[in-house]
Amino acid sequence: MTKLLTSRRSLLKSSAAAAGAIGMPSLVRAADAARPIRIGLLAPLTGVIAAGGKELVEGFQMYWEQVGMMAGTRKVEIVIEDDASNPDTALQKARRLVEQANVDFLFGNILANTGLAVANYVKNTGTPYFIPVIAADDLTQRTRIPNVIRVAGYTASQTAHPLGDWAYKQGYRHVATISQDYTFGHEQCGGFAQVFTEAGGKIVQQFWHPLNTSDFSSYLGQLVTAGADAIFAMETGADSTRFIQQYASFGLKGRIPLLGSMNATDQSVIRTMGADAEGIISCAHFAEGSTDPVTVKFVADYEKRYQKLPSIYGFSHYSGAMWVDEALGKIRGNVEDRALFLKTVLATELVGSPLGKTVKLDAYGNPVYDVMVRKVVKRPDGKLWNEPFETYPQVSQFWKYDPETYMKQPPYSRTFQGIKA
Amino acid sequence: MIRILSPVLIGIAALAPLVLPTYFVSVATQILIFAVLAMAVDLLAGFTGRTPLCHGAIFGTSAYVTIYAASVVGWPIGLAMLTGILAATCLAMVFGLLAVRTSGVYFLLLTLALGLIVWGVCLRWTEITGGENGLRAQLREDLGLSTRQLYVAVLVTVLCATAAMWRLVRSPFGLTMRGIKEGEGRMASLGYDVTLHLLIAFTASGFFAGVAGALYAVFNDFASPSIVQLSSSVQGLLMAIVGGVGTLFGGFVGAFVIIAMEQTVSAFTERWPTVLGLTFILMMIFAPEGVVGKARLLLKR
Repeated sequence: MTKLLTSRRSLLKSSAAAAGAIGMPSLVRAADAARPIRIGLLAPLTGVIAAGGKELVEGFQMYWEQVGMMAGTRKVEIVIEDDASNPDTALQKARRLVEQANVDFLFGNILANTGLAVANYVKNTGTPYFIPVIAADDLTQRTRIPNVIRVAGYTASQTAHPLGDWAYKQGYRHVATISQDYTFGHEQCGGFAQVFTEAGGKIVQQFWHPLNTSDFSSYLGQLVTAGADAIFAMETGADSTRFIQQYASFGLKGRIPLLGSMNATDQSVIRTMGADAEGIISCAHFAEGSTDPVTVKFVADYEKRYQKLPSIYGFSHYSGAMWVDEALGKIRGNVEDRALFLKTVLATELVGSPLGKTVKLDAYGNPVYDVMVRKVVKRPDGKLWNEPFETYPQVSQFWKYDPETYMKQPPYSRTFQGIKA
Repeated sequence: MIRILSPVLIGIAALAPLVLPTYFVSVATQILIFAVLAMAVDLLAGFTGRTPLCHGAIFGTSAYVTIYAASVVGWPIGLAMLTGILAATCLAMVFGLLAVRTSGVYFLLLTLALGLIVWGVCLRWTEITGGENGLRAQLREDLGLSTRQLYVAVLVTVLCATAAMWRLVRSPFGLTMRGIKEGEGRMASLGYDVTLHLLIAFTASGFFAGVAGALYAVFNDFASPSIVQLSSSVQGLLMAIVGGVGTLFGGFVGAFVIIAMEQTVSAFTERWPTVLGLTFILMMIFAPEGVVGKARLLLKR
């Protein structure tokens, strides 16, 4: 079976080469059109982030269903594998998708460690791998892998940079930060801290708490006495829910303004919350409460289909699928030519997507966005969502720094936060 | 029985990569590596009667050290692997010093706690271990081994390790280990230094877990806290139990059954952990002596 497939593969390759040589791409198309494009989707359907994994699949499937499971003239097949929120499982499943299911490219994953494991694997196989949610800065910076592209994704610090600038412009001069103690948190916090302190602000204190902290009281007590004008909280998932609730129940809400990382007020967190979450400010490249007609339509469609507002996971995979589909259309579905495919994806500027204005990728494979400053407000029907009220146009992963200079500084970590004394 | 079966099985294992697609070759490689881990657990659980819950941590330490030495320090891969195995052996010796005086549930809990310390260190010592994100390397690429070649290399190493463990449990030392399991008080009164024997057994077991860990580092090119966490130790123990505690070769069967089931069941349902759990429960009810243990009993009848 595999033998057969391999020989067919090499046949395709050689015919592609031959066709390329005599300049007859139509021949390749005729041969390829028979076979559907296979996409391997890796999603954490079990484990700590299973809820997000489900939304990831929903967003991805919703896009392909809307376009009739077709990319250009070729049918699309999606093979879904559960990465169990575990990097070793993710790696094993990526192997299965590439070597056994013969997928043309990989998509997905949520947790940075799963994404990094898969990226390390595709470095050798050359399989294109698209990561709309994996935010580890270095995947499109210091340790970039050419076939790993962050379509419709973001680096951890990308949306935290403008928030640091915005906070300073609000007149905040002293900010305390609290963050989950892992790389994603270090990077988001670092992005905020660097821009804020370079503008002239001061980080009075930084708190790092382990993942799955159930009781924030000891941190909240110290946050009150830290002497901060505002507090920046980097939280995700259940930690975020608990932090925001306890922030309110300890009476800090209304006393000290709360700024959140983009995930802290994501739909996956606030859709089950009440007034506690209202008024939190965050920065992101997406706001479900935007009045942009394309976003409004996407949000309405999603809500109709799944009875909930889209989270960053569903949204990013919907947009990521659209991005790759756009590129596939340009090359008439010729995924077999990986170099051409990757080049085309990198060069594709996405127009009319729920991402908002035209979005393009920078030279490192990370999108440049208009980043919105958002506030959690209640919709007329009582549901909470993020409404944008200010925009930072064309924010790249390097903020306003020169990429080369920026990458010379060490990656953000617990010990390096880019803080200018 | 072993004499007839083993050459046949080794022959099949050696020829397998010629016919299997590459993905299944890598699954088979993984089975072999975990079989060594399961057998290392069995050395303690099956032969000295001390059930450890820290072997994932020892295994993972070896993988971490191997990857760190090779990719960060830049040592040759062979030397890095030896360092990894040495680190695992030393760690096991330290764990052994702390744990061998206890037995039963206290031994279980103590080793569990020791394993968790390693996990905590890997998670928090970000500068060295990469924290949650772990360490990555390109060992397989650097060695220039294809999937099939790696399989053969692993197979040879695993067979050597298995032969060494087999020799160990059949030696007078191995008989002493069994003696300790059957009647610790009697062995002591016969003049055997029980603590010393247990310490040596623990260290040897850690050495073999380290061999598995170093192989895993090359196989996976990646180490993260998930390989040193409790579930990894549990998996090693589970494989030993499914195969049959005290049978040694049960490790192969256990690793095969669990990894093969993960592979097949997860292809059909996202509830695969549930299916696996139910299978283990049924197994414990109807064949608590494991696959190999049950087979032996049936053959004897």
